[in-house]
Amino acid sequence: MTGHALDALARLGFSRRDFLKSSGVLIVSFAAADVAAAVGSVQGRGQAPGQFGTRASHVDPAQLDSWIAIAADGTVTAYTGKCEFGQGILTAQTQLIAEELSVPIDRVKMIMCDTDVCPDQGTTSGSQSTPTNFNERNLAQAGATARHALLGLAAERLVVPVDQLAVADGVVTATSDRSKRVTYGDLVAGKKLHVKMDPASPRKTPGDWTVLGKPVPRLDMTAMATGVFEFVHNVRVPGMLHGAVVRPPDVGATLVSVDESSVRGMPGVVKVVVKKNFVGVVADKPWQAMQAAAKLNATWTPGVGLPNQRDFYDYLRKQPARDAYVVKAAGVDETLAKAATVVKATYFHPYQMHGSMGASCAVADVQGDKATIWSPTQSAYPTRSGAAMVLGIPVDNIRVVYVRGSGCYGINGADTVSYDAALLSQAVGKPVKVQLSRKDEMAWENYGFAYVIDERAGLDATGGIVAWDHEAWFPSRGGRPGYNQPGNIVTGVLTGFEPAPFAPRSAAEPAGQFNNGSNAAPSYVAGRVGGRAGGAGTITSERALTHTIASPFFTGPLRSPSRLQNTFAHECFMDEVAARVKVDPVAYRLRHLSDPRLKEILSAAAKAAHWDARPSPKPNISRTGIAVGRGIACVLYEGDNGYVAMVADVEVDQATGKVTARRFVVAQDCGPISNPDGMRNQIEGGALQGLSRALGEEVTWDDRKVTSVDWRTYHSLPLGFAVPAIESVLINRSDGEAMGAGETAITIVAAAVGNAIFDATGARIREVPFTPERIKAGLAARRL
Amino acid sequence: MSAISLTVNGRAHRVDVDPATPLLYVLSDDLALRGPKFGCGLGQCGACTVIVRGRAIRSCVTPVSTMAGADVTTLEGLGTPEKPHPIQKAFIDEQAAQCGFCLNGVILTAKAFLDANPKAGDAEIQQALSGVLCRCFTHTRMLKAIQQYARERNL
Repeated sequence: MTGHALDALARLGFSRRDFLKSSGVLIVSFAAADVAAAVGSVQGRGQAPGQFGTRASHVDPAQLDSWIAIAADGTVTAYTGKCEFGQGILTAQTQLIAEELSVPIDRVKMIMCDTDVCPDQGTTSGSQSTPTNFNERNLAQAGATARHALLGLAAERLVVPVDQLAVADGVVTATSDRSKRVTYGDLVAGKKLHVKMDPASPRKTPGDWTVLGKPVPRLDMTAMATGVFEFVHNVRVPGMLHGAVVRPPDVGATLVSVDESSVRGMPGVVKVVVKKNFVGVVADKPWQAMQAAAKLNATWTPGVGLPNQRDFYDYLRKQPARDAYVVKAAGVDETLAKAATVVKATYFHPYQMHGSMGASCAVADVQGDKATIWSPTQSAYPTRSGAAMVLGIPVDNIRVVYVRGSGCYGINGADTVSYDAALLSQAVGKPVKVQLSRKDEMAWENYGFAYVIDERAGLDATGGIVAWDHEAWFPSRGGRPGYNQPGNIVTGVLTGFEPAPFAPRSAAEPAGQFNNGSNAAPSYVAGRVGGRAGGAGTITSERALTHTIASPFFTGPLRSPSRLQNTFAHECFMDEVAARVKVDPVAYRLRHLSDPRLKEILSAAAKAAHWDARPSPKPNISRTGIAVGRGIACVLYEGDNGYVAMVADVEVDQATGKVTARRFVVAQDCGPISNPDGMRNQIEGGALQGLSRALGEEVTWDDRKVTSVDWRTYHSLPLGFAVPAIESVLINRSDGEAMGAGETAITIVAAAVGNAIFDATGARIREVPFTPERIKAGLAARRL
Repeated sequence: MSAISLTVNGRAHRVDVDPATPLLYVLSDDLALRGPKFGCGLGQCGACTVIVRGRAIRSCVTPVSTMAGADVTTLEGLGTPEKPHPIQKAFIDEQAAQCGFCLNGVILTAKAFLDANPKAGDAEIQQALSGVLCRCFTHTRMLKAIQQYARERNL
């Protein structure tokens, strides 16, 4: 690197060490021109979004150097913008690089989401990591480009044409003369590879895979099981102090005053920090900080008041709304008016929370106008931008280093605690670790959306569906902060930023192409938009209208956001219609599907579960005792990102209303499988997390504040509950595009369980969670 | 502040802290151990579990003053990455984790229970885990791992 380049980087707050991790690392190197370009783009940040919806970054994703470095000893370092938080992507991405470069897994080191050295891939979310990095772009392309480049170098070195070279274990060998060989380390030593990412570099084909596609054990498993794995909670920085925050007592309350004398003299207390409505305490030790935060006497205005939870679903329908059509065929009302039968039903889904196992934690070191934040955020670069706004220092001076936190499932307190730590560190000029309390986490996180959904179907004389009309209302406030909206999460709002503005508006006609990213349209409609049918089904008289309402609470993407709630309604409703016409629910679904892969996965689940083809509910239901039944549900997740179907076998204790799942059979097709054991783990976890959400989880509140603030008041199924057997059927479509596998199974659990409850008892429960009280009410109201 | 002596994973320590400080803070902050974790601070989830006198206790609600002279075992006190304890090995064999944050509570609670109740059946094991959470819901694999350990320890 030139002196000019180093100077330029130094001005941005980067050190030479950051880029030249050790001698002999060649690929991470920036020509002066690159640095000049980087400086330009850094200064011009805030311009048009890049390929991941990201901003121009100093780490240029078009350069191979940004993704892969090979050291003189042959070890490979890969830099990714997609992070591991329990879903297995550390291992899978390592497999990908090991495969494409033909090196052993243990020679690959993965650096995840360090904004100094990793490309900006936006947020790790939406089951998009595998589609993003395992198809023909980004990390996969980097692996292929590197292999191609290394083979080119080897051809020169060995004077052998590329097509007569083979690679194994990072050694390139001439196939005709095995004495002609050279290692990757030798090839790159002393040279600089300035290679552009090359879409023409060939990927290995799945038939040649030896590492990718295999059930490679999790690389982090042993460290986790033996207690040596470093979570962000374990990060220690010399001179580090500890902080705790004091959140408002009520939603919307603002700070009147803080009586610092209330904590004066408490041992270890260093400083009370107030910035607008943000209040925190810094102390020498974590327990001291927690104690001081609990004792600090702060006066707040009364909150804004909350709508009554009992009437909340009705309230949603009456609010000003931002409306959107996902699909809107002409003449839906006329088709419904002429239909032989019209079936209607309304479904209810509560706010639910991510409820991470560990309350969130982050460490920040803010010194003057420079900062380093060790953060469990799923959005390293966006968090860097948001922190810059909250701190009022240049974004280029901030480094966000991803360190794993507790499993997240969307957006927990990880982003907000990163701001908290940064603010407290800024106030004391020393590194500060902030550990949120359980209540801090649960009362203020960005909840998964509540939903009320009307479904309506028109049937013809043969019992087939000729029109489907879906209308949904859901409350939204804030969300992921992105690059410029720190007010989308609580600490941003407390420090004076606003959430993304909410403006009611009427719905425009759907334009462009069918986009079913939130699964607002059921799988059974044709999805005709712009003259093309993009749906998975056959129903052409189709309408899906959504109303977004201003939420009193922060909301955000909880695992399978909106997709789960919409699919709960669609798949229960499909079952209701099938029951109305007395047709087997699998056969009835198949009759309205056109997508062959969705049909195949539905049939695969039914077959594996030895599905007893008959209408629901089952014949001769007894009104007492334990009732047993089965239900099915399926979905094409996000309209294009994973096929899944599930059969649920449940028992319902008709005396107590308690529902017990006995067996789940899950069939899944997400294209080529990177790691089948990892996929099974995701299916199992998704299925049971979905069950917990279906049976017990619900955010509750009174007239001023959230009241589900711990594990007594928010009900998660513990290790000790009667866990159903889970059978996974994986369809490995190695010739297809890679799709997401993290949010598929969870999307259909509530529907499959609800359908099984109906099959067992004849009672249709249309409101999640399926608490014993609701089950008993449904049983009392059923007509057998 | 007062000086308190306790033994953790076989090593004697003397810490000078507020005696009301929960044991968890001493372990994770003063002694820099990574096994016990802050999950809820309320004794509701199990993430902070340690074993004392053969019993799994919740270190987040246990004042360190009550631990004077006690022998505390944490997750890293069972085995090492090179030589994991059989129950840790069972979890590794079953790949029984996602984010891994709950593993401490699951493993230590199960171990303490099986040590005291070596002939416990699956239903009793599950009952013993009724106060332990895993929010990634890796339940299936964890229960398999615990059952594997239960079988092996009785061989």
